[in-house]
Amino acid sequence: MTEIFGVPTQALFGQLLIGLINGSFYALLSLGLAVIFGLLNIINFTHGAQYMMGAFVAYFLLNQFGVSYWWALLVAPILVGATGVVIERTMLARLYKLDHLYGLLLTFGLALIIQGLFRHEYGSAGLPYQIPAQLQGGQNLGFMFLPNYRAWVIVASLAVCLGTWFVIERTKLGAYLRAATENPALVQAFGVNVPRMITLTYGFGVALAALAGVMAAPIYQVSPQMGADLIIVVFAVVVIGGMGSILGAIVTGFGLGVIEGLTKVFYPEASNTVIFIIMAIVLMMRPAGLFGTVR
Amino acid sequence: MMHQRIALLAMVAFFVLAPAVIYPLFLMKVMCFALFACAFNLLIGYGGLLSFGHAMFFGFAGYVSAHAAKVWGFNPEFAILGAVGAAALLGLAAGLIAIRRQGIYFAMITLALAQMVYFFCLQAPFTGGEDGIQAVPRGMLFGFIDLRQVFNMYALVLAVFLGGFLLIARVIHSPFGQVLKAIRENEPRALSLGYDTDRYKLLAFVLSAALAGLAGGTKSLVFQLASLTDVHWSMSGEVVLMTLVGGLGTVLGPVVGALVIVAMANYLAQLGAWVTVVQGIIFVICVLTFRRGIVGELGHWLKKPL
Repeated sequence: MTEIFGVPTQALFGQLLIGLINGSFYALLSLGLAVIFGLLNIINFTHGAQYMMGAFVAYFLLNQFGVSYWWALLVAPILVGATGVVIERTMLARLYKLDHLYGLLLTFGLALIIQGLFRHEYGSAGLPYQIPAQLQGGQNLGFMFLPNYRAWVIVASLAVCLGTWFVIERTKLGAYLRAATENPALVQAFGVNVPRMITLTYGFGVALAALAGVMAAPIYQVSPQMGADLIIVVFAVVVIGGMGSILGAIVTGFGLGVIEGLTKVFYPEASNTVIFIIMAIVLMMRPAGLFGTVR
Repeated sequence: MMHQRIALLAMVAFFVLAPAVIYPLFLMKVMCFALFACAFNLLIGYGGLLSFGHAMFFGFAGYVSAHAAKVWGFNPEFAILGAVGAAALLGLAAGLIAIRRQGIYFAMITLALAQMVYFFCLQAPFTGGEDGIQAVPRGMLFGFIDLRQVFNMYALVLAVFLGGFLLIARVIHSPFGQVLKAIRENEPRALSLGYDTDRYKLLAFVLSAALAGLAGGTKSLVFQLASLTDVHWSMSGEVVLMTLVGGLGTVLGPVVGALVIVAMANYLAQLGAWVTVVQGIIFVICVLTFRRGIVGELGHWLKKPL
């Protein structure tokens, strides 16, 4: 068996793959957080719960209604995004004039409610979700075995991230969005319906979380707590990347996933904490984050 | 000042007389959490810094005092002092990192740092992992006061709580506290007036961490247990909730909030996940319609700050 730095290559590439998978979810979730933060100035603590809701919706669609994974990829984000729209209209919209910390507290409360309700209903144990038939099996790459579904998750998440980047940075709609981030009052004066844009942006960010949840369902089990600890890691990812740039969120997400994976190989004791340690170091060197600018 | 004194006397009278009718262990729990919430409130209510990771000081200090009392055989007063020192050091390290950003970022950074401490406590050998440190001896205070007797333990907790509470009240009304308030209201202006705002914020952070540690260290002696629950992020959320319910930036608010939330948790304990749901609902209601909290609302109604 071949080795690199005394580590079997099989284990190394295996952990690298897991790192890339985790990184896909970090990227998708931190992207959603960054999009929401850009326009609403709110850190959406409910993001982890909405990711979990996405996974549960996919689970119900499959087991109650026989709706396949592929349709779930479309339907779950729309359904969960719609609940996001309701939350924005009925609650978040009342807070924009107040200190932004209230938005954090409100979304934290909502996360507790949602996670508590699901835990009451389904307990803490995970529910299995089958990998869709088209993506079962895997490829033998010679140096490692690559399950098809995992390859799909990495490719799909990259595509979604880059698509979002393209829409925001390169289209007219994205230009409105960026302008409203800079100066909402002025954009409104030009006749753009900014409140509706804010609502839809929140809905879109939530839908991204739900999409990540559907993709995560076959890999991690579907459980009420699946988003609770993840969201804290994603917060650290956001702090490291800084929220200024969309591309920054994507790069940081994937990069940290890989670093975490490598830590599991070389120093497993630190694998849970490495992202937080990196966050501390980055804050000491560059308080605004790697890609951020202080506002 | 008159009405504040009356309110303070009422609080002292309550905690002195209540054990006659209310289960003392419950009251001791309330006092530990009340001190914890007061320490947290010093930071958010007067410094404008929302820490979402205060459980790291509370819980870690709990481990330190439990370990010192059980493994090293420290007297309770030294176990608690050790806990305060450990929490202050941790507060210094976390504060140096966290005060580099403000507002929402500050909250996220403290949350992430607390999660790091949580994983450390989960893996470090001295914390006992999932089991925690159990059967911690309460010991003999100053070598001759037996804390196994409820009366003595209660007196110690009351003294610790009142001492911490009065210290915080003193800090709030001191020149240092006034500068903190100035920083909360307008940091650039405080900076331009010549105050080194970072140092003030760091000092407030360390002080708040040390007092949270005092609460946590005492709690693990009272319950003879230090566990992961107290370092978990949900504990950080709980202390935010207590302060919010009682009233952000009021001296007595966190005490009232702690009483309400601990009582609620006690009554709803058998309902399992519903406790989380109810806490979440209270969060949402407080943020949407009840931002002053119980004491803040009362003070507003009396037209006097409490």
